[in-house]
Amino acid sequence: MTVNSAEEANQDVAYSKALKELIYQLADDDFLISFRGSEWLGLAPHIEEDVAFSSITQNTMGHAFMFYQLLEDLGEGEIDLLAHERHPDVRRNGIYLEKRNGEGNYLEEPYYDWALTVVRHFLYETFKKVKLEAITKSSYKPLANIAGKVLMEQPYHLAHWRIWMNQLLNSTEEARDRIEARLNEAWEEFGDVLEFGFQATEMEHFDLIIGEEELKERWMDEVAKTIPNLPSEPLGKKFGSGREGQHTEDLDQALATLSEVYLSDKEAIW
Amino acid sequence: MSQKQEEIRAVLRTVDDPELPNVSVADLGMVHDVLVKEGDVFITMTPTFAGCPALDFIKKNVKTAVEEMTWVESCEVHFSFEEKWSTDAITEEGKRQLKKHGIAPPPENYQPGEEWTVDCPYCGSDYTSMENVFGPTACRSILYCTSCRNPFEAMKPVVDYVIT
Repeated sequence: MTVNSAEEANQDVAYSKALKELIYQLADDDFLISFRGSEWLGLAPHIEEDVAFSSITQNTMGHAFMFYQLLEDLGEGEIDLLAHERHPDVRRNGIYLEKRNGEGNYLEEPYYDWALTVVRHFLYETFKKVKLEAITKSSYKPLANIAGKVLMEQPYHLAHWRIWMNQLLNSTEEARDRIEARLNEAWEEFGDVLEFGFQATEMEHFDLIIGEEELKERWMDEVAKTIPNLPSEPLGKKFGSGREGQHTEDLDQALATLSEVYLSDKEAIW
Repeated sequence: MSQKQEEIRAVLRTVDDPELPNVSVADLGMVHDVLVKEGDVFITMTPTFAGCPALDFIKKNVKTAVEEMTWVESCEVHFSFEEKWSTDAITEEGKRQLKKHGIAPPPENYQPGEEWTVDCPYCGSDYTSMENVFGPTACRSILYCTSCRNPFEAMKPVVDYVIT
């Protein structure tokens, strides 16, 4: 089965419903993780990292843009509106991705935690790789094309966080302890990132992506290549499932900051 | 290729990338297809990096340049993801111009995710080291030449992704 255009996808209500749900997840994940990344601007551990991290963040926001563009093409509304004006209840990003970078806030006393950032970005970029690899074979051709494009750029992002992960795991005892503490925390919260939400069965049925269990296995195998001693507990969903529209106050804070300028003058052309 | 298409291609060799002065969008390999229907021109381009903020400027600059031609009534520019841009699409002229501006062309035979290096665009030495894979724009990296002691930039290699 191959669907070549938005018009064609919209002819089948069940198909387009599952398809849109999947794209919202991809768009919202990249949107939130790049916002959390952008909050490190000027605060990264050293100047070279600042350049690298902001470049990764800008590019990831570009990926979010492409996914929102696909939704616009499918008749979901304008990109700006999709990014800025949707209510938290309809946001589909994994909850772990909206989590604050640490204590304080960007303008005052940003006591952000680098261990959280390294763990989160490494786990996320690994997940993004396996999810997009599966999507290159998606029945919706415009999405498969975008996945292929993103995968040409994303190895740089993943390689960057893999280096950090390796170096900190093989560094001082304090570094290792802090990474391991954040890994244990991630294990309690990352579960919903790996899920597909309400339309999981349909997504697989319509060949939009592989099944949830298979994706989870692939992710676990990839992560284990870099981190030999993974937490032994099963993955949890401490705060619920972002794929089903459940979110924390951290998402409200993120959206309020992200949309502050946009909401101050919606008619402005930038 | 028709006479008109040739003329359009020639114009596109004069439209520079906003962030790489003197390197045209044509020499960067971004022009995928040129269609001419009497006075109407349709250009399909392939974006370099997805997060590149210059894409809108490029679109506008191409449109403006083409519409300045006397026989052109309208020009539509469209970015397509069906065809994927890779650094292999950069022409020899593009590589020459990049070097002139202290930017080394991307290495050949790059394996995604692997480390890579290039020769110094100033002195040609291979005694260089990677300072930061991420440079001032998404498409560039920062390197240092230990031979002539110049920092320089290189186009980051981007090639088609093969799932292993």
